[in-house]
Parts: sequence; C-alpha cells; structure tokens
Amino acid sequence: MTDNPILKVSKVSKSFGGIAAVMHVSIDLCEGDILGVIGPNGSGKTTLINLITGFVKKDSGHVFFKGRDITRLGAHRIADIGIARTFQVMRPYYSLSAYKNLVIPLNSPRVKRSTGGRLGDRDAVAIDLLEEVGFERDTYVPYKVTSALPLGYLKRLELARCLALKPEIIICDEVLSGLSMSEIATMVPLLEKLHIEGITIMMIEHRLRELFQLTNKVIVLDFGEKIAEGTPREITANERVIEAYLGTGRV
Amino acid sequence: MPQEDRRKKRLDRGVKVRTEGIYAISAPRDIAYLLIPRLVLILGLLILPLLLQNIYWQKVLCIICVFGLLSLSFNFLTHFVGIVNLGNAFFVGVGGYTSAVLQSSFKLSPVLSIIAGTFGGALISTTLLLPCLPARGIYFAIASLMYPLLFPRIIEALNIFGGTDGVIGITTFPNIWVDQYLVIIVLLVTLFALRRLVNEDFGLILRGIKDNDQAIRASGIGVTWYKTQGLFIASAIGCFTGAYLVHLYGWAGISLFGLDFSIFPIAVSVVGGSGALVGSVVGSLILVPMSETLRAFGTLRIMIYCLILVGFITLKPEGLMRYFTRKYEQFEHWTRV
Repeated sequence: MTDNPILKVSKVSKSFGGIAAVMHVSIDLCEGDILGVIGPNGSGKTTLINLITGFVKKDSGHVFFKGRDITRLGAHRIADIGIARTFQVMRPYYSLSAYKNLVIPLNSPRVKRSTGGRLGDRDAVAIDLLEEVGFERDTYVPYKVTSALPLGYLKRLELARCLALKPEIIICDEVLSGLSMSEIATMVPLLEKLHIEGITIMMIEHRLRELFQLTNKVIVLDFGEKIAEGTPREITANERVIEAYLGTGRV
Repeated sequence: MPQEDRRKKRLDRGVKVRTEGIYAISAPRDIAYLLIPRLVLILGLLILPLLLQNIYWQKVLCIICVFGLLSLSFNFLTHFVGIVNLGNAFFVGVGGYTSAVLQSSFKLSPVLSIIAGTFGGALISTTLLLPCLPARGIYFAIASLMYPLLFPRIIEALNIFGGTDGVIGITTFPNIWVDQYLVIIVLLVTLFALRRLVNEDFGLILRGIKDNDQAIRASGIGVTWYKTQGLFIASAIGCFTGAYLVHLYGWAGISLFGLDFSIFPIAVSVVGGSGALVGSVVGSLILVPMSETLRAFGTLRIMIYCLILVGFITLKPEGLMRYFTRKYEQFEHWTRV
C-alpha cells in the first residue's frame, strides 16, 4: 500500500436523529485499487457513500481527494472533480431515451473542460459509451425510452453515466444486486476492464463471490462502525464479521 | 360483421421514427404528413383575426393567446423543469406593473416598455422566487401560490403604484390589428421556440432535473443554476402577458394578481394535454371561448363550466392533444379474426 491514497476518508460520522448511521469510519483508497465494502442491511454502507460524495452533510470528519479537503463541497462539485457514483435505487431520466440519458453528463462542466468544448457529436459519443457497457449498438435498445428498459440495462446505464464523466474514482452502490447470473457474467468483466484502465473503484456489494473475485481488499461495516478490514480470506475468518452476519451462538 | 369476429387493428405510421427528433423523410406525402398539422395551427391562428368581424370576439382572441402563453409557461415549468408553479398571476402582476410604472414615469414607447416589462419583470420575479427554489413539488407550489396573494396587499397597504386605483393613462396599441397580431406572433414564436429548446442539450438537462435531480448532481451539474434559468424563461413568458395586458387595457391594477391568472392556465393545460406544449394553445382555444359563450347562462355559467372541466379530466385525463396526436400517428382498421 502506498502512503498517498487518492481518497482518504478520515473519521466521518453521521447520525439521523439519535441513530448513528456512520460512526468514525476511516478509509484509505489507493489509486488503481478496487475496494469492497460489505456489511449487513442497515449497517450504513449507502450512507457512507452519500457522505463521501456530498449527498448528505457530514456531522464530523474529513474527506480528502488527492490531498485536497473536499469535506464541505456540494455533490455536484465532488462529481466535477472526478468522483462519480451510481445509485442503489437506479436514477435514470425515465422520460428520455437511453442515449439521451448520457447526453446530459456529456454536457457537464467536467466533460466540457476536458474536451475543450469540442466533443463533437454528443449523440454518437453517447452511443459509444452505451456500447462500452454492453448495449447492443445496432439494435433499437439504445434508442428506447428508459422507462421501458429492463433492470440489467438500467444498472449498466448507471455505470455509463459515471463513465461519461471520465472519472478517477467510481463508487458503485450494489451494481450487481438484482441481476441475473448471465447479466452478472457480463458486468464483472466490465468492472475488471475499468480497473485495468486505471479507474479506482469502491464498491458496495452483497454478492460476495463476485466481489471477492474482483478485489483483494474489503472493509466490513456493522451498525455504522468499521469492524474489519483486510483481504477476503482474512475477512471470512474474522470472528466479528461472522458475528455481525450470523449473530452470536448464545441465545 | 357481427361484433365477435372482428377487432380493431392499430399500426404506427412508419414516418414516426423512434429516435426523438431525427426524421428520415423523402416522400412528399411524409413531408405533408408532418407539415400539415403545423401549418393548420400557424396559418389558422394568423387568419383567425381576419375572419372575426366582431370586435368583441377579436378581444376574446387576444385573451385566448394570453392564456395560451400563461399555460405554456406553466406547462414548461411543470413538465420540463419539474417546478409546479401555482402563482402564474405573480408573473402577470410583476410584468404588468413593471411595464406600467416604466411607461408612466419615463414615458417609454410601448415597444420598449413591453420589452422592459418582460425581461425586467422576469428578473424581479425570478429573484423573488429564488429563496423557494430548493423546495420541490408541493412545497414550491404552495410557496408560489402565496406570492400573488402577498403583493396586492403590499401595494394596497403602502399605497404605492397608484394603490387600489392602479396605474392609469398607459398608452394603448394603435388599433385592434396590433392588439391581435402582436400576441399571436409572440404565442407562435414562444411555442416553437420552447419545443425546440426542450430537445436541445440545455432542455435535456432541465428534463433531467424534472426526472431526477440527484442524478443531475451526480453528473457534476449544478441543479440550482439550471432551475433558475428555467424559471427565468417561464417568468419572462408570464411577464410578457402582464405587460401586454397593461397596454391592451391602458391600465394596471391589482386585478393583475388575480386568482384567475393563476388557476385558469392550469385548467387550460390539463384540457389541452399535459406535457404536450401545443396542448396549451389548443386548450386555450377551447376553454376561453367556451367560458365566453357560457355567459349567456348567467349564474349557471360557473356550474356548467365546472361540470365540463370535471368531465374533461375524468374522461380524457391525458388531455386532448395527446389523444389527437396518438390517433393521428396510427392507422386503424377492422380486421376479421
């Protein structure tokens, strides 16, 4: 592990009312890594993502991106500097067709800056992106209204919306859940490809088999606290993790 | 043929290409298919003043266009920006008063004072609504409903802008033809400009905000700035109608903030077809003359009017324009089963 993580989360906390959703969680995410985040339902995984990406205000703690303090930045500013995220509950623009969904991020300030405002035909770029995530190019699927697309395509559209920004970090919130085995079989290589291309990935996942196949570093949350960190092998042997998932033996 | 062994078969017309806005047309028949409805609307509205001999109905036509514009503004905000604005009268009032005050204090020409009323008024009303903008859905709706209730009371209490008497002695238009053609042309230009706008990249972002503002933020785009621009466009349309009405009547009063201007445009866009911009124009062409014709019924007018509206909403909730568009784009014929 290098000493200089690209994303450093330092003791962030958030409570809703009296309930602590995330408590003093620290994460170091190194460039080019894939980090898995697991934990039982309600353990604060999605809140943690919302805190990092600025969708929810932090009660305390700091987030640094490449050494820069981004704790107080708004959600769109954080996306603008290169941290893209997907949503667990997919958030496509249902009234637009699939490729028009991507024309929107292609009009973002970040993309305009990186291309110098000369992106050319945005529709064509959008279709290319859709093909990259597995939409069949020469069919009508990319032109279909999003509300008529099946779940697997919507998940991939979420990912494509992130890729449109050419981000440095992608934070995936359960991109594999709800997919069929064959859809997973195409999604996992896609994530591997992004990893090889040098994008840093942090993924929340319930599908441990696929997650462990992708990553060698996992952190475990339970009741808002980080209870374990390590390789998949260490995690599966950790007593506190087993306890969190299965409960203690005592009744 | 007996009822049992036949059914209605529907086919989409081939010319309607699935990708929005991209048409591959070669045959004159296909071009005519697309052009005729548009030409009927444009030429129809332009010829209508010549057909109406009666000055009363010519004035009604002006009001039709005014409510058409207000309904366009409402329709645009609701269905393409995702802001439900119940305070259309606020735009009318602010635009009207801005124009009237400028006209009476600086003796501006009507052209200048209408332009100033439109854009100055839009600037003022957008700025005043800015604090409410983070509120979504019903919360913005209620806040916006308060604005047109608030301002007449301020004008009354402080006795500014002529108080309850209003601003009088405003230059009117030279003749009835200017009255009509000014507002008709503005209506047509606004309609087609908005239709173009919502399919441009800028419009796509606005529609994205309506569908899902979180995803817009996750795409690195600031929601508030785009919402503000959408609000400015809608309020400019509303303020134009105010400025126009002031010059039509030669008078600006607190009735410009009246509830009619807030609620009637909503009824117009529901009848015409929510989400279809042209529905606003069609709805106004139906509802305003209907409201005038019903005057013959005296006190029963409101009752009949309400019943017709309720009928429209329960029987054709999608609105007339959506229904007609669908029928126009399909072939229908009976086939033997």
